[in-house]
Amino acid sequence: MENGINAWEKVQLARDKERPYAADYIEEICDEFMELHGDRLSGDDGALIGGIGRIDSYYVTILAQQKGRSVKQNMKRNFGMVSPEGYRKAVRLARMSEKFHRPILCLVDTPGAFCGIEAEENGQGEAIAQTIYQMSGLKVPILSVVIGEGGSGGALALAVADAVYMAENAVYSILSPEGFASILWKDSGRAAEAAELMKMTAPELYQMGVVDKLLPEREEGGVEGSQFKKEVLAFLETYGTIDAETLVSRRYERFRKL
Amino acid sequence: MMLKEMFKKTPAVEKTRHVVQLPDGLFQKCPQCHHIVYTEDLVENQYVCPECGHYWRVSARARLSMVLDKGSFTEWEEDLVSKDPLQFPGYLEKIAKTQGATGLSEAVIVGRGRIRKLDTAIGAMSSDFLMGSMGQVVGERITRLFERATEEKLPVVLFCCSGGARMQEGIHSLMQMAKTAQAVRRHSEAGLLYVSVLTDPTTGGVMASFAMLGDVILAEPGALIGFAGPRVIEQTIRQKLPEGFQTSEFLLEHGFVDRIVKRGQYRKTLQMLIRSAQWKTV
Repeated sequence: MENGINAWEKVQLARDKERPYAADYIEEICDEFMELHGDRLSGDDGALIGGIGRIDSYYVTILAQQKGRSVKQNMKRNFGMVSPEGYRKAVRLARMSEKFHRPILCLVDTPGAFCGIEAEENGQGEAIAQTIYQMSGLKVPILSVVIGEGGSGGALALAVADAVYMAENAVYSILSPEGFASILWKDSGRAAEAAELMKMTAPELYQMGVVDKLLPEREEGGVEGSQFKKEVLAFLETYGTIDAETLVSRRYERFRKL
Repeated sequence: MMLKEMFKKTPAVEKTRHVVQLPDGLFQKCPQCHHIVYTEDLVENQYVCPECGHYWRVSARARLSMVLDKGSFTEWEEDLVSKDPLQFPGYLEKIAKTQGATGLSEAVIVGRGRIRKLDTAIGAMSSDFLMGSMGQVVGERITRLFERATEEKLPVVLFCCSGGARMQEGIHSLMQMAKTAQAVRRHSEAGLLYVSVLTDPTTGGVMASFAMLGDVILAEPGALIGFAGPRVIEQTIRQKLPEGFQTSEFLLEHGFVDRIVKRGQYRKTLQMLIRSAQWKTV
């Protein structure tokens, strides 16, 4: 699959509606899953699924950005663009997770944080800043997997982790190539060119040390459920034995060198 | 030339906002009221238009001299320079040109100084340097500012001003959000004070990381502060934004800023805040 696919084609693959979304992976890898709602402040954001899952004998907190496939689904999911309520829900569940020494699995799939009037009114920037801040100090293992699109600070908020994996055809960038081309050249039509320059594909990011591991994908796109589960379990086994202090200081070093 | 290029990128704010370096000429034209004012009067008035009260943007060194005790500043990490991580075409040339035009080595200056005899770590971002955008050098300088302040048990005062991420550094620019935020956290866990001051403009990745993480968040009047830029929001929702949207006053009203502080009041305000956090000395 690797050969002959340019960065812009990868962007299309990463955005493909037929790709597994977060909920699909959750269903495939969890033996049980219970969704928990709300930020305890002002609302519940459908673009961010939060809850407790059991994977074999491990309980984990799952925080996942969820896109919708239809217009109706996207009324709820907002195309995976998370609002402040979503980030605050993530922080609430992450802290609860820490309280019960439960590791955290984040699934990243968003074009970017929602940029609308309400989002600004409710402090989108503060919500993202707080999420990054809290995740950087949590005393439980955090694994983050970029499964599709990892767009901007909206994606990073769920990717401050001990290990960041990426599906082979996923992309992760400072913003969309369209936005990048629009800012730098005033021409969003040059997105394909931008995608090349931005170095946003999984192999490029792996090479730069931004992500730790690439997960191979099936012919039809997306990581095989059993393979995904195996990777998560291997992470939990390895990181589950590290004491909290070491964990947090290694996480600090991971981002410190970037 | 360069200023013009910058303004093209932010047409939403083009009309009323100007980057100010140390003015060379005898007179300046206020971008807001178009009055011609004496440069000397303008500097004397801390870059607030004597005619209409418009807040001019202030370059980093001028900002530091407005806030710190005279001659108390020692710069840190001035030798850090961009390594052009994406080998982005034309980027290093652009930096060199900007350095020449502004006399700044990067979009933030950090170091140590005194405010009314109180020691503090301090940083000032500069919108005249590639719109104050954050790449690896900005992220690294700010991270080291907090790390060194943690070691030396100093408070941090940071004047924020940024259009957001440094596009030419791509994903590396994004990583600076995590790097700086975690350094803020360590500083905070050491029981030290961080005062963030939001100035025009504070947006994007800077706004969504260290800028909004102050124990106390102050803002200059009328500054543009937001996560997404106004143009992006308008394009996304396809409607005009309400008057006063994403200003300091808007953030105060919505509970995201502690106080709006006028120029000329910072030394007094910061003195009070720094003293109040030094419980041992009371």
